[in-house]
Amino acid sequence: MADNNRNSQLHGKPVSRTLGEALAERGVSRRSFLKFASYTASILALPPTAATAIAEGLATARRQSVIWLSFQECTGCTESITRASSPSIEDLIFDFISLDYHHTLQNAAGDAAEHARMQAMEENKGEYLVVVDGSIPAGNNGYSTIAGMSNVEMFEETAEHAKAVIAVGTCAAFGGIPAARPNPTGAVPVSELTDKPVINISGCPPIPEAMTGTIAYLLSFAGIPELDHLGRPQAFFGEAIHDRCYRRPFYEKGMFAKSFDDQGARQGWCLYEVGCKGPVTYNACATLKWNQGVSFPIQSGHGCLGCSEPGFWDFGGFYKPLATGKDDTLKYAAGAAVAGAAIGAASAVSVRSKRKKLLEANAAPQAIKEEAE
Amino acid sequence: MELLEFARGPALMFSITVFIAGVLFRIFSLLFMWRTKDTSAAHPGQKPEIMAALSDILRRMWPLATYRQRSLFQWINGYVFHIGLFIVVFFLLPHILFINDLTGLSWGHLPNNLVYAISIVTLISLIAALIMRASNPPQRLISTFDDYFSWLVTFLPVLSGIVATMHIGARYETLLALHILSVCLLLIYIPFGKLMHFFLVFITRGQTGAHIAHRRRTTVLKGE
Repeated sequence: MADNNRNSQLHGKPVSRTLGEALAERGVSRRSFLKFASYTASILALPPTAATAIAEGLATARRQSVIWLSFQECTGCTESITRASSPSIEDLIFDFISLDYHHTLQNAAGDAAEHARMQAMEENKGEYLVVVDGSIPAGNNGYSTIAGMSNVEMFEETAEHAKAVIAVGTCAAFGGIPAARPNPTGAVPVSELTDKPVINISGCPPIPEAMTGTIAYLLSFAGIPELDHLGRPQAFFGEAIHDRCYRRPFYEKGMFAKSFDDQGARQGWCLYEVGCKGPVTYNACATLKWNQGVSFPIQSGHGCLGCSEPGFWDFGGFYKPLATGKDDTLKYAAGAAVAGAAIGAASAVSVRSKRKKLLEANAAPQAIKEEAE
Repeated sequence: MELLEFARGPALMFSITVFIAGVLFRIFSLLFMWRTKDTSAAHPGQKPEIMAALSDILRRMWPLATYRQRSLFQWINGYVFHIGLFIVVFFLLPHILFINDLTGLSWGHLPNNLVYAISIVTLISLIAALIMRASNPPQRLISTFDDYFSWLVTFLPVLSGIVATMHIGARYETLLALHILSVCLLLIYIPFGKLMHFFLVFITRGQTGAHIAHRRRTTVLKGE
């Protein structure tokens, strides 16, 4: 049975009700609803006045149909979103969205699951959101199939009448690990296969609140949030980890951990020297943090891997400092040294011999000839 | 990020290859070049060549009294940006990490904030050097493209480094990429212009010293 219908039955009303009506019936007070809206506004870095707009937007919105497609992925993004706190995935599924198709979270399987997807597409034509996690193999249709359909086919069919597409995770946003060299499956990001508006929420996995917060924004404002040049919401990807890192003062003072178990590491000094990619990574890890604000990788003692950036897997070694070149910088150095020295010596010798010949030809005085030798 | 990938990868590899080949080409062609023997009689009491070379290297560290007043600012300014460049290049941790990654050599670093301050002083000093050159007619007359281009390729890494550190105008990875690319340009140009003095300054100065000692620096000595 389609999740649409299941959720409709769960609430005992058809999905055409507004969210405000549905929440009121479930006993959600206006006060808690406004608190939720304020929190969502704050994590989206919106002004306080936006909380009212979010509350109004959500109250009058209809439940949003969402089709979640999983392609070349590890389910880490789903694992992450199920740990979202505010708004939680439960908040979203039960109150704001109708998650009509999701391999991990849906009850239905086999034909019924595919039927649910088709039904959601028909009933919400032009209005549903498509969320994709995982990159799409464009090299060979047989590399990854679902219900007998290639990933490319399924994505194109589903995205055709979608309102917008959300690429969740670095694989969907930029190709991620499947697209790392040598990219055997010809993996491409979602944005390469559709003309629909694409919002990238990168990360491996993305911060849960970045995913749920963005969905909440889409529901509240019926528009797309401000995006950076890589199509990521500015609210979550507007600042470099390095700029908001609590270890930044140690960087400025030149106090660095040299290894993961030295005095510097124990004192919580900057991890730049052990390969932290925080200076070139844009994400909200240092501010929103993970597990409901408990910690983030740098706080637990490991440098940032740069997982929310395109090509992070091929960006040199994780433990190689950012300031260093890539591994093959000196690939031709020995050859260059030998060639430079040899050509230099050869050119000097050649000039000497030419000059000597000229002197001889012109019958230069014996003394000068001797000097030349 | 793609620009940074390019800068850290192919651009750096290419420029270092050219730099190594070029520097060794220059040094070896110089070592094996034709040298006309000075057949003139040496001045009585001439110091051994090596001593004459060393003493001239030292003497030319400071201007002669005759020229001191007129050229003191330029001398001091020259020291400021040379020492500044030395500190910035060799005592900022990211630079040491870069050198360590290539050569395995490592040494202590200075606090980043101190190096930033020195880099600003260096930048101002480089600008002053250019203004001095451009505003002095005789210097302008003898300046060639090489002089101005050498200045530019030295100035750009300092400027881009400061801008990258301060995150001015663009995202850090773009600024870092531009900084690395400006260093690539510098590396490529060093062997082929006056910046080769990085390697040759004491060799050429010593050679001049030995040569002058042989002929006796009568005129110069009077000026001291």
